[in-house]
Amino acid sequence: MEGKDRKNNFAPGHNACPGCGAAIGVRQIMRAAGENIIVVSPTGCLETFSSPYGGSAWEVPWVHPLFENAPAVATGIKAALKHQGNEETRVLVIGGDGATYDIGMGSLSGMLEREDEILYICYDNEGYMNTGIQRSSATPYGAKTSTTPIGVCSFGESCRKKDLLEIARAHHIKYAASGTIAYPQDLMKKVKKGLATKGPAFIHLLTPCSLGWGIEPEATIEFSKLAVETALFPLVEYENGELVNIFIPKKIKPVDEYLKKQKRYTHLFSKENAGVLAEIQEMADANSRKYGFRQ
Amino acid sequence: MRNALIKKKEVMQGSIAVAEAVKSARPGVIAAYPITPQTYIIEHLATLIANGELKSRYVRADSEFSAASIVYGSVAAGERSYTASSSQGLLLMTEVIFNMAGTRLPVVITGVNRSISPPINIQNDHQDTMVLRDSGIIQLYVENIQEAVDTHIQIFKIAEDKEVLLPAMVCMDGFVISHTYEPVTIWKDEAVQEFLPPFSPVYKTDPQNPLTYGSLTDDDKVTEFKYMTNEALVKSKKKIIAVAREFQEIFGNHYGDLLQEYRTEDAEIILVAMGTVISTIKVAVDALRKNGKKVGVIKVRSYRPFPDEELRTALSKCRLAVVVDKSYSCSSGGILGSEIKACLYNQRGPSIINYIAGIGGREIFPETIKDMVVKSEKLAESGKIPDGSVFFDLNKQLLNNQLL
Repeated sequence: MEGKDRKNNFAPGHNACPGCGAAIGVRQIMRAAGENIIVVSPTGCLETFSSPYGGSAWEVPWVHPLFENAPAVATGIKAALKHQGNEETRVLVIGGDGATYDIGMGSLSGMLEREDEILYICYDNEGYMNTGIQRSSATPYGAKTSTTPIGVCSFGESCRKKDLLEIARAHHIKYAASGTIAYPQDLMKKVKKGLATKGPAFIHLLTPCSLGWGIEPEATIEFSKLAVETALFPLVEYENGELVNIFIPKKIKPVDEYLKKQKRYTHLFSKENAGVLAEIQEMADANSRKYGFRQ
Repeated sequence: MRNALIKKKEVMQGSIAVAEAVKSARPGVIAAYPITPQTYIIEHLATLIANGELKSRYVRADSEFSAASIVYGSVAAGERSYTASSSQGLLLMTEVIFNMAGTRLPVVITGVNRSISPPINIQNDHQDTMVLRDSGIIQLYVENIQEAVDTHIQIFKIAEDKEVLLPAMVCMDGFVISHTYEPVTIWKDEAVQEFLPPFSPVYKTDPQNPLTYGSLTDDDKVTEFKYMTNEALVKSKKKIIAVAREFQEIFGNHYGDLLQEYRTEDAEIILVAMGTVISTIKVAVDALRKNGKKVGVIKVRSYRPFPDEELRTALSKCRLAVVVDKSYSCSSGGILGSEIKACLYNQRGPSIINYIAGIGGREIFPETIKDMVVKSEKLAESGKIPDGSVFFDLNKQLLNNQLL
């Protein structure tokens, strides 16, 4: 793209780590989101690296309220716009997994239940990364974090990750999809659809974190692709409750290929944790069965 | 002139009258959560909207935390915004209220004062709103239903002033105001509209003029931001006074600037309190005066901003001040009492005795006040002014019960 088309309302020069999956994701989102939009972000990596006072990366109105209330703040903004008779300006929330899966879950549920046209995108890096890699309820089974350390009594995260997309869908919303940064055209298309939905819409966006996952900065795209190719993170799209699109990888790879190069999973490749690995493989297999992937 | 501005004058319940006042202020967005304790304020507003009498957007929130967050968003997007709560609900809103003040978003909130759990008790005291005192919110405490109505109309104008831009709360005693009936004057909508023009925000979330709200800020600037919020609250005193006087000129009612004094001119003993207990104290003062005691009372109308200079002046000539607190800070004492002591320290002022009373709805009668005055005088005469605050009328039998 050339000239004006290259303008992105998430401007360069922010403070994200090199290769940050969230920053790449937000660039893709904002390329699709257009000019007439108000963005709300809860506390999290994105807020930290995009809004240093005097150096905001945002060229659209952007509001960071608190950690747990971005969906409610977005609701209020939407209510004000409606009262002003403004049906054109879009409202978008971009929040991390901590704000979405954990502390803001009640607020998100309230937003999804009401019928306001708000798109909520959860950028999921699977933990509280900018505060020292603590576990969130998005941290996958078996992963090592600073609050799920490995030891004689621990193989890392012992709980299964919540199925966020199904939680969102359970609110009978008209649009729900998953995306990752390795498939930008797919993501941008979904963002446009989500913003055009007559009612609340939800996108679950996987954004690898080099720091928290223990991968090279240049590998965040590669790992988001591997998450899809191992069937651990299927790319799907639901409209009006119906599954309308599935990205079917040509060949499903074993989960080892995704896990073994991430330092957060190194401990799983020891004899005593073979069972944990098998359980993770079974989670991927269940996804393959659910979406009809050839294994 | 004043009669021409009256829409109706009838015996009304406090909550309903307050909802009518809020209606006349025409908020664009109202959000609320119906936790017990809530009041009829939010139900009556919902009815007014359902009937088409009020053109506001009413958002039914999933918690008080969300209710406060919704009006944070709507005022940021440029609409006059309102919510109400009590007790636990106000505690749940606390984090958002700090955020509103720091972001300079003038949401108006009714704080219907009720006790904090445990023990669970839905009756009146001031513990809930006093917890919010450090946030930067404006707090005006009211004595009766008419004052609650008139203060709601005033407070939007104060909060939304370009030099103020702070959240603001009318603190009104639960049950004593919210659920009781008194003759009330409701003003014509047009009269209120003339007094209170539409909200015209300095900043809003406008894609034509994009701004960043809630930046990450380093230690070299944070103090200055906090200082600015503090200064805005201090300076709001002038606006509170100006709006009270403008209201008086138009509507005829005045409840004091920041304080209201009653029979203090020659008073040797002055009682200080907030809210509905002021009416009770006035009755006691009249009775004590008949017996020759030179007693008066100061109502603290504006608790935040704190009327420090005004209190220093008002208390300068009496020999004894008796502060009646309906809230306390554990181990430190009555909150109003402690702050009055602090603002008189290093000054030539009266001795101060601070009583904690009326907790969890325990009735304060005129006799209770007379008792406080008599006991305080004896303590002062014998030179035994207590260092800390005193819980008044503790039930010793209950405290000695092994089951407690």
